[in-house]
Amino acid sequence: MGPIELPLTRRGTKPETERSFTPDPEQAPVEDLREAIWELGREGEWIVQPVPEPYYEARTKYGRMKKIPLQKTWHHKSCGQCGHIPGYSTSIFWLNRLLHYDYFDPRDQTSCTAWNYYASATSNQAAQAAVAMRNFSSAYQTGYYPLIHCGTSFGHYKEVRHELVHDHALRRQVRDILAKLGRPFVMPEELVHYSEWMYAVRDELTARRVYDVSGLTATVHPACHYYKLQSGDAIYDPEIYGGQRTAAVTAVVQALGANVADYSTWYDCCGFGFRHILVQRDFTRSFATLRKIEVMKDEANPDVVLTHDTGCVTSLDKSQFAAQAHNRNVGVPVMSESQFAAIALGAHPYRVAQLHWHSTDYKPFLSKMGIDVESAWAEFQEDLKKLESGAMEYLTWEAVL
Amino acid sequence: MPSQLYQEVPLAEKERLFQLVKSDARFDSYLYGCYECGICVAACPSARFYDFSPRKITQTLAREDVELFYEQLNDDVWNCSQCFSCLRCPRQNSPGGLITIMREVAVNNGLKTTQEALAGYTRIIYKIMTTGTQVSPDMLQEDAFPDWGPQVKEVAANLELWRRALPPETLHTTGLSWDVEERTMHELYMIWKLTGVMDMITALDEGLHDIMEEIMEDALEDSGLTID
Ligand code: SF4
Ligand code: SF4
Repeated sequence: MGPIELPLTRRGTKPETERSFTPDPEQAPVEDLREAIWELGREGEWIVQPVPEPYYEARTKYGRMKKIPLQKTWHHKSCGQCGHIPGYSTSIFWLNRLLHYDYFDPRDQTSCTAWNYYASATSNQAAQAAVAMRNFSSAYQTGYYPLIHCGTSFGHYKEVRHELVHDHALRRQVRDILAKLGRPFVMPEELVHYSEWMYAVRDELTARRVYDVSGLTATVHPACHYYKLQSGDAIYDPEIYGGQRTAAVTAVVQALGANVADYSTWYDCCGFGFRHILVQRDFTRSFATLRKIEVMKDEANPDVVLTHDTGCVTSLDKSQFAAQAHNRNVGVPVMSESQFAAIALGAHPYRVAQLHWHSTDYKPFLSKMGIDVESAWAEFQEDLKKLESGAMEYLTWEAVL
Repeated sequence: MPSQLYQEVPLAEKERLFQLVKSDARFDSYLYGCYECGICVAACPSARFYDFSPRKITQTLAREDVELFYEQLNDDVWNCSQCFSCLRCPRQNSPGGLITIMREVAVNNGLKTTQEALAGYTRIIYKIMTTGTQVSPDMLQEDAFPDWGPQVKEVAANLELWRRALPPETLHTTGLSWDVEERTMHELYMIWKLTGVMDMITALDEGLHDIMEEIMEDALEDSGLTID
């Protein structure tokens, strides 16, 4: 079947209706778990770790307010990010340092293991919950508050929290496991994704912007596991898409001054597939390029695609190479909004944003932002020479801030 | 139409597996019925590329059609992307969640089609279960990802150097996504053992189980952590 011409008009993030919708938390179709979490805490079922002050209050899908910690954050890293797109997490840390925010980057942390669970199902409810609670316990013991880098970890932990609140047999089972590990049983008051932290500090970021990004157009891919799993606990803002889609990523990019363009397949996933990206990539490549990148190119022709999850960056970026060989309409760089923001605030594109780990050509995007790409690469090559000769053991924070 | 496939498998066995799915603690909150509206199918990436339908999965489970259930358990569930776009369901079903449960049952019962679907994936299971991080930087090799182009080769060639060119102190690793403490890994092994995950691995791939068991036993012996 050939493509169907749809009457699309190019638009940004303003809804086509003048009507405004104000969500009423009392009418929410899903329950607010937080009171139950505190209640279970009062009953001695677990320790509730409160969000440290000062915090930012953000509106979620059904109008409830969510506390976003600004400081004292414990960074729950993501295996895909740290392994293959390390500029994603490096940029988050760099922004914390730039804002002089205290944070902790732990070694006593495993991944949520949900990539494997959603790929192979070689796990179960109790194991997945125990992994989550072990990590929460570790955060609590450091005195820092979990800030989750990965969209899947965030979504999966929300599922786990829902199950633990509702299933007392599961809760007891997991509590006993934690006791065997010699660990306290702790549930954080809120589960917070890093892109919510970015949203909370967007005005501070904008105040420190170094490059003018107003000439740049971005398309945003909202990560499925961020807002589809336990949907009531994702950030929505009446100013962004009329409050009808999550404001994560888009609100930050707009605050920084870039143009966010809409495209018709925004709700589609990236094609990651968990198992597919590793062993059945024909599906991933096809979906990522035909349903996402090509549609973005056709309808919005963006300079960059921005998202807030490990898997999405990987699928949308890496899938383009093969599609290019077939002369498809692809070829747009993909990164997290943390990398985009860091670069706009003066972070080095290689030392901090680590763009050399990405596949699709990002140089035109950097040039358009006003960055001298060749000089930046030459500076990074100098670093590598020093590392190779032993003059420098590692690239340090002191060298990049 | 009743399924004509897998006629050699006794109905009682299909019924047994169906009951395992139905008795999962999550089942009742993942299935409330089905309007047959197809909204889940419209949102489903896998339905676009495979002969696959989340509506059919939900319908089959709601009707308790064990013959069709068994067919889907073998031929459909591994097509799902686990994106959960189907949570758009106006009946509040979670077709993707039902598929997660079906997959768990398929793994636990060592279905041949499951072993085939996960062949080639077992090295990933090994990595995540023994280290706590999945798909480490050194797994990004050209032979594993030829379709990702020459950039993968560049990463592999410069890996050690590029990892040292990362400012966060935890990221100077090549065999792990970040530096995970030994004690942390030992606690993870305890979790797998205490929750029956190691038994699931036996059902999937005995050889893989034995290799991991040996690593975990040796590590736990010196850790001071005990199962009982
Ligand atoms: S979770 Fe599975 S069934 Fe649901 S929309 Fe995604 S691919 Fe389709
Ligand atoms: S969206 Fe829900 S009710 Fe509609 S067909 Fe799918 S499972 Fe059935």
